[in-house]
Parts: sequence; structure tokens; C-alpha cells
Amino acid sequence: MTDRSAEMATAISDAAARRQPLYISAGGSKRQLLGRACELPILDVCGHTGVTEYQPSELVLTARAGTPLAEIEAVLEKECQTLPFEPPLFGGRATLGGTVACNMSGPARPWAGSARDLVLGIKLIDGRGQLLNFGGRVMKNVAGYDVSRLQAGAQGTLGVISEISLKVMPQAEHSLTLVYEMNAVDAIDSMNRRAGQASPLTAACWLDGRLLLRLSGAAAAVEHTATAWGGEKLADGADFWRDLREMRLPVFAGPEPLWRLSMKSTARVVDNACPALIDWCGAQRWLRGNFQLQTLQQTAAAAGGNASLFSGGDRKAEVRPTPDTVSVRLQQRLKQAFDPLGILNPGRLYGWL
Amino acid sequence: MRESPSPSHSLAPVPRDALLRRLQAVLPERCIISETESQRPFECDALTIYRELPLLVVLPENVEQVQQVLRICHELAVPVVARGAGTGLCAGSMPHPEGLLLGLSKLDKVIEIDPLARTARVQPGVSNLAISAAVAHHGLYYGPDPSSQIACSIGGNVAENSGGVHCLKYGLTVHNILALEVLTVAGERVTVGSTGLDTPGYDLLALMTGSEGLLGIVVEVTVRLLPSPEVAQVIMAGFPTVTAAGDAVGAVIAAGIIPAGLEMMDRLAIQAAEDFAHAGYPREAEALLLCEVDGTREEVASCSENVEALFREMGASSVVVSRDEAHRALLWKGRKSAFPAVGRLAPDYYCMDGTIPRSQVSRVLKEISTLSAQYGLAVANVFHAGDGNLHPLILFDASKPEEVRRAEQFGADILALSVQVGGCITGEHGVGLEKLRQMSHQFGPAELALLEDIKAAFDPGLNLNPGKGIPILKRCQEYRALPARHRHD
Ligand SMILES: Cc1cc2nc3c(=O)[nH]c(=O)nc-3n(C[C@H](O)[C@H](O)[C@H](O)COP(=O)(O)OP(=O)(O)OC[C@H]3O[C@@H](n4cnc5c(N)ncnc54)[C@H](O)[C@@H]3O)c2cc1C
Repeated sequence: MTDRSAEMATAISDAAARRQPLYISAGGSKRQLLGRACELPILDVCGHTGVTEYQPSELVLTARAGTPLAEIEAVLEKECQTLPFEPPLFGGRATLGGTVACNMSGPARPWAGSARDLVLGIKLIDGRGQLLNFGGRVMKNVAGYDVSRLQAGAQGTLGVISEISLKVMPQAEHSLTLVYEMNAVDAIDSMNRRAGQASPLTAACWLDGRLLLRLSGAAAAVEHTATAWGGEKLADGADFWRDLREMRLPVFAGPEPLWRLSMKSTARVVDNACPALIDWCGAQRWLRGNFQLQTLQQTAAAAGGNASLFSGGDRKAEVRPTPDTVSVRLQQRLKQAFDPLGILNPGRLYGWL
Repeated sequence: MRESPSPSHSLAPVPRDALLRRLQAVLPERCIISETESQRPFECDALTIYRELPLLVVLPENVEQVQQVLRICHELAVPVVARGAGTGLCAGSMPHPEGLLLGLSKLDKVIEIDPLARTARVQPGVSNLAISAAVAHHGLYYGPDPSSQIACSIGGNVAENSGGVHCLKYGLTVHNILALEVLTVAGERVTVGSTGLDTPGYDLLALMTGSEGLLGIVVEVTVRLLPSPEVAQVIMAGFPTVTAAGDAVGAVIAAGIIPAGLEMMDRLAIQAAEDFAHAGYPREAEALLLCEVDGTREEVASCSENVEALFREMGASSVVVSRDEAHRALLWKGRKSAFPAVGRLAPDYYCMDGTIPRSQVSRVLKEISTLSAQYGLAVANVFHAGDGNLHPLILFDASKPEEVRRAEQFGADILALSVQVGGCITGEHGVGLEKLRQMSHQFGPAELALLEDIKAAFDPGLNLNPGKGIPILKRCQEYRALPARHRHD
């Protein structure tokens, strides 16, 4: 429980005065993931920890950005609540700030929302070293632009997140997992059909020739749907989803580059880009191999989505597709507004940002 | 009612005739409204105490026309105010006296429905309810359901990040849209978001949502659709005190139940709604809770039983569970028509929109009732209790200028109170022109300056809905150029 925000703000204003770019680091669990390589002096936000406010009946938790997710989960667990977006804890190293900055969400994402969706408010230190306060601790707030959610996925390039308020949810009373032998094409169709019916479906993925569906909610509802849908019940279902959430299934291991396609949930599987794993009811697909970003992007874009190099490969090159010129201009201007001297994680998201 | 004092022109305004000629070259005659009398319907949104006439009103029929209009206004530096259905409650789409009112109501097509992917692409002028109607035969619907859903447009919903009674479980507009087609102030077309659940780079979708027409014009929306629940049931309970009802709300949440909707009304609102809808509301109760649970039959049966038991345990003086669909609709009818129902009690009502931590509800309602006595104005309270969004409806007579001032001051006090207890000045209606002054309760100068920089990143000349949403810094030349009505000092 330490508040290091004043110290962090000073470090940033000093760096700004010296025009010294910094790489913001907390647990370091995602340093090699998602972004481009950033060889810069480190601004360590690690010791900036602590749950500062939590009222279970408000469904809101506030914590400093360096707080490990594992610690937050433990606090929630006591009240039978949880982080509904199921972010990876990465062996206890993942922090709340890093998770929101990278917008990391697990298998429940299509139903429970993403890290971004659950953010209610933030305290942020901008590139001038000013500690700013946006959003709040209430569920609904439309005063001013949504600067809080804008931080999700910005990977620290718009500011150092100092504190975050999040919506949390009750744990499900009961869960079970159904398994079906199926190829990828049929699985995509099947999971989307199921998602179109009223049901307690809370996760749907395809891996190794099997479709896996998780049902959670009131026990009677879960059992009833399970009976109606048939399929085999997976004995260690909870372990499977935990391993998927933590990205420790074998499909995530190995030296080859790991690619992520974020696309329409029903997008066709194309032969030259067959996913090894399909999650998020079809909307997130994982591929391993030495692909070109351009090639995969074409596939993803055809289904209105995007490809990115999640881990491995050449991290000095761009790891996500560059958007149209208007979007580039808007993003550069936003960066300028938050970090006029360009000292916060420059190049982490894109070479031009 | 109150006409604005004549604006001070420190930037030379564009001659109306020059603008008209340019627009006539790109729009059919039927799309331009230049007569004052025909412009009247556009002079305000649903917050009618703020009115203004624009130079011209245009109602383009396709995206290309909108683009042409924007290019012309950009070139001539004419302010542009977007308008959907005009149901807003913060004077967000009130015209600018030296600007163009850009009505998007004729862009009203559902472009594409993808039932398997559960998405729909729609034009901004499609009404909220029309989306659900268009997809109902697929067993799907669009989640956010503002009480104005028959009329309000999806473009307006995006611009305000609108909520509704079902947002506790299903989220706000920002959680239920995937992509937007946006035109920048210069008329450039840009896609924001994607068909996937996230998009690389900055989350411009989050930024655009709730931006009140200040950052760009939304010309297409891709919405996510939800499967229609198998059943829904409403549990209605009357309570002898507001505190007991507030505690019951906390108890439902603490029991791990997330209802689809959880609404509270106070005595005056209950009575007005009952007189209007004859829904069987308990007139003698000090507070009423309406709790809806939905999903599969089994889920609903299990939750509904738990909620009913909890309400009794928490001291409910009456509990009614909806018998069937018709009965459920009737129970909601009172709540959904609460605004017009309360509106019958006085010539006018002024709707506030603060959000507060749920635990503060009885304290806040107590203070509001003290203020009500002080100001000599009655107030009825309607509350999205599940997510803490409070709508006090202040009753007044708009034909009495002094009463209008009192109502405004009373409203301002309520917003200050909301911030003081840890909440915010607006949960879903937006800042618009109405709450500009309160922005400095919510934000400090550094935050306001950053909001202003974000505005400038999208609209450097400050031509999109200028003088609304975020205060323009007084040091700016643009501030001095604002019509007096838009100044917030
Ligand atoms: C009786 C009543 C009940 C209501 N209940 C609710 C409720 O439950 N929940 C809730 O959230 N709101 C509610 N509202 C408020 C209002 O209906 C919403 O704010 C709605 O989203 C406004 O939509 P509109 O189309 O009428 O927008 P308008 O009022 O026309 O405009 C609203 C704002 O959006 C901008 N805008 C409109 N279209 C576009 C576009 N295409 N691109 C860019 N900017 C645009 C305008 O410039 C303006 O700033 C209620 C209003 C009334 C009168």
C-alpha cells in the first residue's frame, strides 16, 4: 500500500524538461507482448500499489495502477465478486495498470465486456507530469470526453495511469463446460448460433478439433441449458478456462511468432491463415508461424477486422497495421495533446506515434 | 421563451445568403429550411427553456450530401450543430445563431442486418426502437433502451452515450456499438472501430461515444445485438421509507443478483405515474422499486424468487410479481411514462441527471427535499437505482422568469451535491449548453484544458457544436467570439 504518484509525476516532469523519453514498466509481464520494442530508460511504477476503495454493494473497486491483479482478485474473492473480463494474472506479475493499458481480457470478453468496458475512472499523469482525474467511481458518467476508456489499449502512450476505478461483478453461482468434436468451420457456426439464443453462455472457443462452451449462472439455468444442448461435460472445465485465460495452453508456447486476429465473430476461415485457436465466440483467433503482417492483415480486413503480432517475431518493425491517413492524423494529434514532448513510451504502439 | 441577447461578433459572421447559395448548389431545395417559421421546430431540443434560431437548417438525404455540407461550412468557417431527433435534455442540439443546423433525420435506413454475427449497420437517423423492431424476427434486440426510445435517434444515442433502464446488466451505448462511420469537421470520412471486438491504436470509438457532436458527425453505426430473453419478470415493491428501499437495492446486489433493470421512484413520482398509467402502483408507499430479471426460464424463476424474498426481508410494505407479459408491460408503463406523468403536475419540469454512489441515495434525497422547501419548488425523483443515476424532476412554470431562475439554481445545487457525495453532474443526458458551468465542479483547470486540447485535435477551428459540452477556455479567441448565451462566466 504505497502512493508513489507524486514521485512518478516528478519523474515525468523531470524527463519532460530533459526531453528524455521513458518506458513505463510495472510487473513487466507484457513487455515482450503486444507492443513494439522500446529500449528506453525505465519509469518503474511497480511499488505504486494498493486497493484504495472497495464497496461490494457499489460493485466498484479502486486501486493504484501497480497493484497486482492477483491481489485484487483475492480481495474480491472474499466478497464472492470477480473481475468479469477475466484478464490474465500472468503468474501474479500482471498489474491493474498494465492490464488496462493493454486492454487485456480473457474468454468471457464477448459477454462480460473488456478491460476497457469496465473502466469507470482513472487518475492519469500526462506527459507534462500533471496528475489528472477523469471519470469517477459511479457506473454512469458522461461529463467530458471518455478519457478513461481512451487509455485502454493506448499502452501508456497517452499517460501513466496512476489509479483506476473498475466495475466488478458477482461470481457466478455455478459453471460447467460442454465439449463437442468439431472442425473449425462448424465450430464457428455453432458458437455463433448458440450466442444468438437466450442462454447462460459465458465463453466459447475452438481448439484441437473441439468446440468448448462454458455456461455460468444460476445452477438451475446452467443445468437446464446443458441438458438441452447435449454434448459431453468436461470434468476439469474450470482448469481449462483458467489455462486459456493465462495463455498457458500448449498452443501459446513455442518460439514461432504468435499472431492475433480480431475480427467479425463469423468470419470465414481461410486456408492460408488457419487459426490454431479460436476464442471469443469467433472474434479472436490465434495463429502461430512466420507470416507477414500485410498478408494476415488482408485476411482480417476482408472480414472487417485486424491482425497484430502478439509475441515474438520482429518487434522493431510495426506489429499492427497502420490505419488510414485521417486516423493517423487524429491519433498523432491526440498524442500531442496528452504528451506534447513525446516522452511516454514513444514507438511502443506504432513507429509514428 | 428566453431569447438570447444579440450575439457579439468579433469574428465576422458569414452572410446567410452566401451560405444559402453554396448549399443550394449541393442540396435539393426540399433539404434546406430558410424561413424562420419553418425553422421553429428546430430551435430547441427537449430542454425547451433554451432556444435559438440558426442561420439555416439543412436535412440532407445521403452521406455524400452531408459531406458536401461539411466541406462548405469548413471552408466558410460556419459553425455546424448536428441534430438527431431533438429529444436531448441538455440543449446539445440547440442551434448556433451564426451556424448551420445539420439535421440527420432523413438518414434513416437500416443498411444491413447480420443475424448470425448479431450485428446491424444503421444510419444515424434510425430511431433506437426501430433497430430492435427491425431485428426482432431474428430473436434479437438492441440493448440500451432510453425512455425516449420511440423517438430518439441512434446517432443522438452515440453522441450522448445514452443509457436506459436495462443498462445495469447490458451496458450503455459505448458497450453496445462496434464501429462508426464518422465525417470530420472538414468532411473527411473515417471508420472508427471495426467488426471485431477491438481495434488497434487509440480507442476513438470510446472517445466519439458521448462526444456530443463536438468531434465529428456520425453517419453510420454498427451496433451489437443481443438475443431476446426467453422471459422477463418484474418484481414491484413498495417501501415505507426511501432508506429502506435504498437498502433493498444494496441487498439485491450484495446477494450476487444483477437484475436487467432496477428502478426507484419516490412518492410524488409514484402518484403521478399511477394517475397516468393506472399500473397498480402503491400510492401510500414512500418509495417504489421495480426490479426486472430476464434470461432463460430457469434463471428468471430462480432470481425472481430470491428478489421477492429479499424485498420482503428488507421491509417492503407490498410486493407484486408480474403475472404475464401484459402485466409486466403495465408495470413498466408507469415508470417509462414518469417524465410526462410528472409533467402533468405543473406547467413545466426540469430534469436533472446526476449520478451518485448507490449508498448515498437516502442522504441525497433528504437534501433534495430540504432544497425543495427552500426554493419553494416541488420535486419528484426517478432513479436508475441499479446504477446510481438520479433524475430529480423539478416542477416550475416557465412563463415566470423568476421561477425559471429558481429552478436552474435548484438544479445546479443538486448537481453540486452529486459531485460532493462522490458522483458526477451527468450520467446519461450530457453536458450540452445546460451544464457547462457545472463542468468546473467536476473538473479542475488542467483537466478542462486537456479536454479542450482533445477537441482541437479533431476540430482545430472549433466549428462543431461550439460552446457546448466542454467550456471553451476564456483565453481563446474562440471564446470571445461565442454568442453571449454560450458563455459560461
Ligand atoms: C421523455 C424523455 C426521456 C428520456 N429518457 C432517456 C433515458 O432513459 N436515457 C438517456 O440516456 N436519455 C434519455 N433522454 C434523453 C435523449 O433522448 C437522449 O439523449 C438521446 O440520445 C438523444 O437523441 P436525439 O436523436 O434526440 O439527439 P438530439 O437531441 O438531436 O442531439 C443530442 C446531441 O447529439 C448530437 N448529435 C445528434 N446526432 C448526431 C450525429 N449523427 N453525429 C454527431 N452528433 C450528433 C447533437 O449535436 C446533440 O449534441 C430522454 C429524453 C426525453 C425527452
